[in-house]
Amino acid sequence: MKDIELIQGNEACVEAALKAGIDFYAGYPISPSTEITELFAQKLIPLGKKFIQMEDEIASMAAIIGASLTGKKVMTATSGPGFTLMQENIGFAAATETPCVVINVQRAGPSTGLPTTPAQGDMMQARWGSHGDYSIIALVPYSVRECFDLTVRAFNLAEKYRTPVIVLMDEIIGHMRENVKLPDTVNVVNRAKPVETPDDHIQYKNTEDLVPPMATLGTGYKFHVTGLTHDEQGFPTSNPTTIEKFITRINEKIHANYDDIVDVQEHDTEDSEYLFFCYGSAARSCYKAYKLAREQGIKVGIMRPRTIWPFPKKHLQGLKHSSIKKIIVPELNRGQIVREVEASVTGIEVIPVNKYNGELFTPQELLDVLKGVR
Amino acid sequence: MNSKILKHLRQDKLPHIWCPGCAHGIVLRSLLEAIDNTGLNTSKTVIVAGIGCASRASGYLDFDTVHTVHGRAIPYATGIKLANPELKVIVITGDGDATAIGGNHLIHGIRRNIDITTVIFNNNVYGMTSGQYSPTTPSGAWAATSPYGHLDRPFDICELAIGAGATYVARGTAYHQTQLTKLIEKGIKHNGFAVIDALSTCPTYFGRKNKRGTAADMITWFKENTITVKANSVNDINQNKDDNSKMKIGEFRNINDVPEFTNEYQKLITQVMKGE
Ligand SMILES: Cc1ncc(C[n+]2csc(CCOP(=O)(O)OP(=O)(O)O)c2C)c(N)n1
Ligand code: SF4
Repeated sequence: MKDIELIQGNEACVEAALKAGIDFYAGYPISPSTEITELFAQKLIPLGKKFIQMEDEIASMAAIIGASLTGKKVMTATSGPGFTLMQENIGFAAATETPCVVINVQRAGPSTGLPTTPAQGDMMQARWGSHGDYSIIALVPYSVRECFDLTVRAFNLAEKYRTPVIVLMDEIIGHMRENVKLPDTVNVVNRAKPVETPDDHIQYKNTEDLVPPMATLGTGYKFHVTGLTHDEQGFPTSNPTTIEKFITRINEKIHANYDDIVDVQEHDTEDSEYLFFCYGSAARSCYKAYKLAREQGIKVGIMRPRTIWPFPKKHLQGLKHSSIKKIIVPELNRGQIVREVEASVTGIEVIPVNKYNGELFTPQELLDVLKGVR
Repeated sequence: MNSKILKHLRQDKLPHIWCPGCAHGIVLRSLLEAIDNTGLNTSKTVIVAGIGCASRASGYLDFDTVHTVHGRAIPYATGIKLANPELKVIVITGDGDATAIGGNHLIHGIRRNIDITTVIFNNNVYGMTSGQYSPTTPSGAWAATSPYGHLDRPFDICELAIGAGATYVARGTAYHQTQLTKLIEKGIKHNGFAVIDALSTCPTYFGRKNKRGTAADMITWFKENTITVKANSVNDINQNKDDNSKMKIGEFRNINDVPEFTNEYQKLITQVMKGE
């Protein structure tokens, strides 16, 4: 690669996956994520790796889980409607603790909605998309470089915690081109493998760190994988204690590792009276509005989560002794993440700013909002 | 139970959940005999199942077993096989699992001709959810969701498979258990997508509602109502047309001149990596 290149967010995700060691990609075309699928078709085969266009998103998600069980690093990418179709299998990956990365370049909905218009309407779908109690990791890049960095991180977190990791972009972030310099090498994490013999290995053991080492298909472990609620050996159970332990563990392995997983950027949160809590493309407009406001002497700061699930509640609660009076939450939806902000703070007024007409925020309109709430 | 099949079972997971008289056990026996006869390396064999009474068998088998979600066993199996072509992949599924919710995946697995052996435990009904009609329920039959008689026309799974371009297609029954074993065995040996329509019975839900008598009556029904066609590589399922009153069983298709997907994939990789 050249030193500095003008590339797209979608392209950066592909480069990142290659650096993170992707072995297998399955997908189905849908705008605005299609470039990811097309680029993998081009790039994986020359590296001796596997790409397959499946018959739909359900099959794509199923295929990557199957591949992951053979020990491979896997990913799929999609947009709104395709993400919806994947949900049952995402739940399966969560329940069976199968590492995988899913990119959702969000488009406006509901339904087929607005295929190539930006939106941040799947923030809650990412968290609660499939039935039952499980927790998920979701990351939100706001620049092309972050598309790269957070995709690498998604692979590493998936491997480390044996879980699906979702990268939530929006159409602007996926299609935007920026000049970036990508690193030649990245830090790569590989899932822990069992050290015990097949007879002694327990595939879903309640280990202290909550993430049991994972055996691979075809290596003699002869283990069982099922979406049914299972015991430590992986077999269906109806024992209330076993059930509770299992459900607690697959949730707690994520929440107990908050400090490792949750990554938040903060700017001037110490002395500010106002705070933009923002992510994705909305954050880009916030940065400009913040600069303009600071020039005009308005004390405003920014809190920008790069991990959106688990929600950065502790970071928000850390603000409680600060001078912040109002938190403004601009989103390209009718207010999804703002509820989490409201639930995380007390004594600070939270102001939603919502846009869902297919357009992006301009810095001026956010600056106007800020001035209006003073 | 003979040692040939006993050694392939996770005996500590028994007894199984199936009702007394359910023929799924006979089909499973054929599958295990077939696996044993072909001498598969049991550490390199992965059994993938969907959801249903049939698919529950995965938990009892001493292999790497993946019990997935309803209807999607074939795309899971596709991911496994493509990611690691060294593995032998066998799908076990029910008629509802394979041809209703999973119908699309079945035809696409066939179209790719990926080396996966799919055994469909076909009892003409949804057993696990207690007797609703499936795509193979005969017209006029009774089911929990066709209380006034069933209107849909049923799929003939073998014709469907042949129409989609399958390279190995066979049908056997729980009555003709030794023949069923041979058919599955040939399916396992076949290098490509193999479909075995294994006629099973659900005395609990299909039999009772349709006055098919005892569990044994239901199985012997296959004896009276089927006719074997002779194996023939260019054969089609309509051989023996003269006896249309009977259901055809046997091997309907076994062709070897269609490239297998993972082999072709490896060739493509080699070619592209050489820069050809
Ligand atoms: C998405 C989804 N829809 C429905 C079900 C409920 N369900 C479980 S098994 C089954 C039918 C199974 O029938 P079949 O494949 O014929 O197998 P059998 O039980 O007869 O062996 C259904 C509808 C489910 N588990 N998941
Ligand atoms: S419900 Fe039917 S298919 Fe299921 S175990 Fe009972 S008899 Fe067998």
